[in-house]
Amino acid sequence: MSVDLQTVKRVAHLARIAVSEEDAERMTGELNAILGFVEQLNEVDVSGVEPMTSVTPMEMKKRQDAVTDGNKAADIVANAPATEENFFLVPKVVE
Amino acid sequence: MSELTHLTISEARAKLRGKEITAAEITEAYLAAIERANPVLNAYVAVTAEKARDMANASDARLATGEGGALEGIPLGIKDLFATQGIHTQACSHVLDGFKPHYESTVTTNLWADGAVMLGKLNMDEFAMGSSNETSYYGPVINPWRRSRLDTVVMPTTHQGDGGFVSAGGTKTARTLDNAQLVPGGSSGGSASSVAAFLCAGATATDTGGSIRQPAALTGTVGIKPTYGRCSRWGIVAFASSLDQAGPIARDVRDAAILLKSMASVDPKDTTSVDRPVPDYEAAIGKPIKGMKVGIPKEYRVDGMPEDIEALWQKGIAWLKDAGAEIVDISLPHTKYALPAYYIVAPAEASSNLARYDGVRYGLRVPGKDIVEMYEKTRAAGFGREVKRRIMIGTYVLSAGYYDAYYLQAQKVRTLIKRDFENVFAAGVDVILTPATPSAAFGIADEDMASDPVKMYLNDIFTVTVNMAGLPGISVPAGLDGKGLPLGLQLIGRPFDEETLFQTAHVIEQAAGRFQPEKWW
Repeated sequence: MSVDLQTVKRVAHLARIAVSEEDAERMTGELNAILGFVEQLNEVDVSGVEPMTSVTPMEMKKRQDAVTDGNKAADIVANAPATEENFFLVPKVVE
Repeated sequence: MSELTHLTISEARAKLRGKEITAAEITEAYLAAIERANPVLNAYVAVTAEKARDMANASDARLATGEGGALEGIPLGIKDLFATQGIHTQACSHVLDGFKPHYESTVTTNLWADGAVMLGKLNMDEFAMGSSNETSYYGPVINPWRRSRLDTVVMPTTHQGDGGFVSAGGTKTARTLDNAQLVPGGSSGGSASSVAAFLCAGATATDTGGSIRQPAALTGTVGIKPTYGRCSRWGIVAFASSLDQAGPIARDVRDAAILLKSMASVDPKDTTSVDRPVPDYEAAIGKPIKGMKVGIPKEYRVDGMPEDIEALWQKGIAWLKDAGAEIVDISLPHTKYALPAYYIVAPAEASSNLARYDGVRYGLRVPGKDIVEMYEKTRAAGFGREVKRRIMIGTYVLSAGYYDAYYLQAQKVRTLIKRDFENVFAAGVDVILTPATPSAAFGIADEDMASDPVKMYLNDIFTVTVNMAGLPGISVPAGLDGKGLPLGLQLIGRPFDEETLFQTAHVIEQAAGRFQPEKWW
């Protein structure tokens, strides 16, 4: 499988990365080189093989459903580019 | 005093406990070495001199009362991927500009609890994506090793008059260092370069496809990626969560064992942290390997592999045989599919993990007319080319209609790769010996690699299988190539059998000797 310029632009939008025409053209070639490389996986017979979900056999750890952390709003917003009264500020979302 | 920076961790530990040296002295020696070398090598992106001095003084106070921890007063460098409270933590990406976490990673918390001293944060490939440390926002790290030419110098026959000496002529050989700057490997290039150049006693690193073992091999240092789940991933900037593991880079096998003992722990904050006590890895060093079964996988003999690497592998086999190990030929039939499967699984996980860099909660924000434009502009400006490439691949393989063909197929192949190893271990093999990398260190801005991303990816061909199967792997220096550059051998072990890796790597180290670069910086 290979990607064309339109697909690259669509994927870039899905990934929320602005691309120029020039970027998209360069990326098309690069992505096709990588997709060409991974193509060889189709040679492998995977009939009856389960996809890996966990590399180390382990049971999901559980703990008591109790509050163990919190009251750190100021810490959480401390690194944000724009805040007001412990809220993150973003451009208008709803018209 | 430069000798202080040349002590191994075990040597420094003995001298600190014996009160022959102080933590303040050794810390000052490293800070001075960093100040001189860093403008050239670019291994550190932030030096925390004041914090280092404070920590060293606190260590000296504890050493004075005899209550020092396992790493008391040992100065370390920390890869920029580990969250360090109030200190530069940006995964060497522009998108995390100015980020200073309000928390500390579990691995570094463990190191400080054992008395280690932080010298600063180390350069790396952006978000640990790269094999040459050239994708860092802070510029490439330089390898302290340089190629050298072995010249044969003809000594002239001279007669110096009456009673003067007579030189008989003949030849001698001399190594001349080449000026070309080489990469230290990646993504833990700053860790490897700083350890090799004596700018820290040891360093933390992380390995998703080879990012500890490949730079260790390219700089003549020891690097171990432990079993998935051995070190907590809490507070480590995530790249590919099912593959990422932390581990140390050190100057010798014993130092790597000392560091891993401290870094590893059982951590309730990481659900993939395995509930198993951490053994005393150092105790495994020096134990005989007589009767141990060492597997040699035929699939690791790849086309176009330099003769030097093949010769090194044969030497490694001979050393282990001489030490009483039994050598057996084995087959890991799905080896060649590990790298292509990795380039689906890792970008897929990365595209999801890196979705959080959106200009809202931390780091860079580039304004836009609405929120979507703000996201898109922020991410376009904040991520480098390689990171964008991987996010794009990951987004594509996970997108509607392609999930089964790519991601599901890759996860099935991953099951088969793991099964290959399980079969070999079930047949009684204790440890597997392979080359660590397909080549020695290459040049900065290598044109071949720059023009074809897949060429760069091939650097991890021998290491990536280990991440895909979640196994422990160690890279240990084993010799120099014809140009005087270090090469490493890799040992792969059973899950949570890091002890066998240290034990066997030490045998190789004893036979091969240790390697250090000639100082030019």
